[in-house]
Amino acid sequence: MSECIPSGPIVLEVKKLCKNFGGRVTGEGIEGGLWAVRDFDITVREGELAGLIGPNGAGKTTAFNMISALISVTSGEIIFNGKNLVGMPPHAITQLGIGRTFQNIRIFPRLTVLDNVCIALHPHAGYGLGSAIWQGADFEAKESTLIETAQELLSIFKLEDKQDEIASNLPYGEQRRVEMARALAARPKLLLLDEPAAGMNPAEVRTLMESIHFVRDRFKLSILLIEHQMRVVMGICEQITVMDFGQVIARGNADRVSNDPRVIEAYLGKQGGKPGRRE
Amino acid sequence: MQKLLNRIAVSVRKSPVIWAIGVLLLAWLAGRARQNPVLFAQFLVDGIRLGFVYALVALGYTMVYGIVRLINFAHGDVFMIGAFAAFFATTRYHWSFVPAMVLAMVVCAFLSVVIERIAYKPLRDAPRISALITAVGMSFFLEYFTALNFVFTPNFIVFAPQPLQFKSWNVLGVTVSNIMFVIIAVGTICLVALYYLVYRTKLGKAMRAVAWDKPTARLMGIDVDLVITFTFALGAALAGVGGMLYVVAYPQIRTFLGVMPGLKSFIAAVFGGIGSIPGAFIGALTIGMVETLAAGYLSSTLRDTIVFSILIIVLLLRPTGLFGEAAKEKA
Amino acid sequence: MQKPRFRILGQSWRFWAMVLLVFLVAQWIVMPRMSDFRKTAWIMFPCIMAILCLGLNLIFGFNGQFSLGQWGFYAIGAYASAIITYRFGARVSLPVEGITLQLPDLIQKIIPVAEMELFHFDAGKAGLLLLATLAGGLLAALISAGFGYVVLLRLGSDYFGIATLGFTIIVQNLLNNSDKVIPETKGARGMIGIPPLTSFFWVFIFLILAIVVLRNLLHSSTGRAIVSVREDEVAAQAMGIDVLKYKVLSFVLGSFFAGIAGALYAHLYAFLSPQYFGSEKSFDPLIIIVLGGLGNMSGTVIATFVWAITLEGMRIWLPMGFEAYRFVIYPIALVLLMLFRPQGIMGRVELGFLRATKWPRRAGTAVPAAPDVGTETAA
Repeated sequence: MSECIPSGPIVLEVKKLCKNFGGRVTGEGIEGGLWAVRDFDITVREGELAGLIGPNGAGKTTAFNMISALISVTSGEIIFNGKNLVGMPPHAITQLGIGRTFQNIRIFPRLTVLDNVCIALHPHAGYGLGSAIWQGADFEAKESTLIETAQELLSIFKLEDKQDEIASNLPYGEQRRVEMARALAARPKLLLLDEPAAGMNPAEVRTLMESIHFVRDRFKLSILLIEHQMRVVMGICEQITVMDFGQVIARGNADRVSNDPRVIEAYLGKQGGKPGRRE
Repeated sequence: MQKLLNRIAVSVRKSPVIWAIGVLLLAWLAGRARQNPVLFAQFLVDGIRLGFVYALVALGYTMVYGIVRLINFAHGDVFMIGAFAAFFATTRYHWSFVPAMVLAMVVCAFLSVVIERIAYKPLRDAPRISALITAVGMSFFLEYFTALNFVFTPNFIVFAPQPLQFKSWNVLGVTVSNIMFVIIAVGTICLVALYYLVYRTKLGKAMRAVAWDKPTARLMGIDVDLVITFTFALGAALAGVGGMLYVVAYPQIRTFLGVMPGLKSFIAAVFGGIGSIPGAFIGALTIGMVETLAAGYLSSTLRDTIVFSILIIVLLLRPTGLFGEAAKEKA
Repeated sequence: MQKPRFRILGQSWRFWAMVLLVFLVAQWIVMPRMSDFRKTAWIMFPCIMAILCLGLNLIFGFNGQFSLGQWGFYAIGAYASAIITYRFGARVSLPVEGITLQLPDLIQKIIPVAEMELFHFDAGKAGLLLLATLAGGLLAALISAGFGYVVLLRLGSDYFGIATLGFTIIVQNLLNNSDKVIPETKGARGMIGIPPLTSFFWVFIFLILAIVVLRNLLHSSTGRAIVSVREDEVAAQAMGIDVLKYKVLSFVLGSFFAGIAGALYAHLYAFLSPQYFGSEKSFDPLIIIVLGGLGNMSGTVIATFVWAITLEGMRIWLPMGFEAYRFVIYPIALVLLMLFRPQGIMGRVELGFLRATKWPRRAGTAVPAAPDVGTETAA
């Protein structure tokens, strides 16, 4: 991929990732079933903002879920900072430094906004069961540091006034911000955003893009985001991978991808036309 | 049949451990059977008899769970009421077998619909645990209310005279009775009728649709509440038949009679894969058989330990039961 | 943070002074007026039940794992501790001569005893009870760790409930047959001859400890992790929470509480019967925590007392010959409560020190904020 602008060290390297649903395992491989993702590769470098696009049902979220181990991998490798993640439990992957958000918001609905963020800080709490129960001076110090960190994250997303609200009572846009703050609280080196612009109007999408840039620079992250509307990704991603029917059909910068005939076909059918016009 | 074989083949491939354990157990049983074939055959016959009774009750559990995701703990007590209905019809009013059975079915169906309307329907949108607690409450109520002195009293009552004259024959050393044949015949008729109803009629299709997806079923013009009520009634009617057959086989009744058979039938439904009708039947036969064989060959006092240990092991190996839908990967 | 403050288990001296006051009032003013043993058990039994239910609330109410196994662990704790005290109870004795105060007439009006015995107890027996109680709790915890790890790894939701119900039935069935291995349990006939060591003092101490420990646990990062598992397992995993670990942790801790409660129960009536530990009563703790409000500590404690006193009370208040009606009235009340208040008597409201800590909002510091996300102001 000669056009990739960032040339830092590779953070995430996915090789020949496959997911089959409902197939039968035979001696030679897997027979039948549906290949939701087949031979998917992607490389994300340090500080890069990469996009993964494709029409609905292309297998983007399935690929995401395999990277964060929420579903099992049929075959392939996911290498994150030199470690193969395949077979690791999801919480270990998060602790290694991959944070994520969900397409349909998955905040902890009945907890307060502050607790939502604190939960993601739990692996970094620094105290164990014993001091939690004893609640001595050590606990107090560490707990108040934890709360402060969470509050700082909330104020970055302008949620400092909402900390005691029950998360499910917040409006949609604020729930998205809680989710983002929570994902960042897990201290990721790579952030996976699953359709962050879902349900937003064009103006909201624009500010979202700005804040994604901001987050990347502030927290020194690499970001991989999924989107099915091409327009959203075109503006901000340095590298775009396009998927359709579980396979990568194009890769490169915005210009190259949007003029690729296979991409146009995937989005608009055989007649052709400019991509991005369709919602 | 082809379908069943296919399913078994898939199941063997999916969980070889459980099938290996099963085969080993069967081999052990075969060893015991060779030592004393007559005794073994007797256990088998008794196991089938018990299994058919469990099956009739298990179907109610499985249908109700399949459709409203509720463990209807009051079902075992509806079964008990069926037994009492049959008892009064035959001993006090001298009804014959079939009318008494129909009465038991009607009484149970009616009772179950009343319970559903009072205790479960208002809670359909509440957390699932609330309905579970009311189910436990209804179960206690049925047990203790009927145990009051002016109702059925808390004592054991001997079911006599029986609606069927007990006759037994000795076939190659194995005792078989007319009651056993009646249980198997009635049980089979009920199962076939239920299968026809659920898989071959429009109402059955509506039931399956509601079990699958309530909001969509409602959009398709199905009266969801009516279907749920009907499911409760149908399950209870089968439990009524089961209750009658149970007391014909074990002619001693008491208001707490439903507790253990209810629990065992429920376990049978889980064992077979709750929500699945063939699963409940196979599960019930298995539990009936395991119980009889365990009591006969291992220890009659440790029977429950054996049955429930097997249940836990099966669940660990196949978390949704033998014929249950495999859990979807969630994300 | 500057000056060292008096803190035990995170609670101030005021809290412990209150606890002491409540204890003294109960011990010296309420209890002597209930000289009849049955009546003192009225206060002790709900305390024990509350410990048991707090444990289940941790498992089901806070961690979201539907368990019917609490009753089985209760039985394990009861029998394990009873066997210990049965074997050693007669041999261990170390009386401590306390002081005896003659009370003046005026005070006797409040405290209805002529002589007040202070620090007058058998240290050997007390130590034995303490040891047996901890042993009961630890055995329950150990078994729950093994069972919980294997079962929670594979089963969730209703299937976990069914497996744990199976566990309770197995425990009861084994207890019925236990005399073949351990003769002193006397199997199905019931175990007699357990020294009645449980006193209000011990029950009260264990209840307060259970409440404070549970409160502290839940108001910590670990507690938030436990609750996150109930709220959304997938999201919790994605936030780096080891879901299995916290499920097992809650299950083990909850069962530890059950074991403690069982040990205190065994030495209360000095009689244990496997019938009591049958599957029918195993729903009691579940009913209580749902009545009190799932995931609500104050609700659990209040509901336990209301439940136990109502059930016991009906035995006395119902007219002669109508005692059997209490189990008719009780389920009706239960169904009505569920129909009209499915969220439990307390709902989400916690009382006093059980309330969530209110963290002061952050003072406006110069953190660069992200551009407005999801609002239209920037349009």
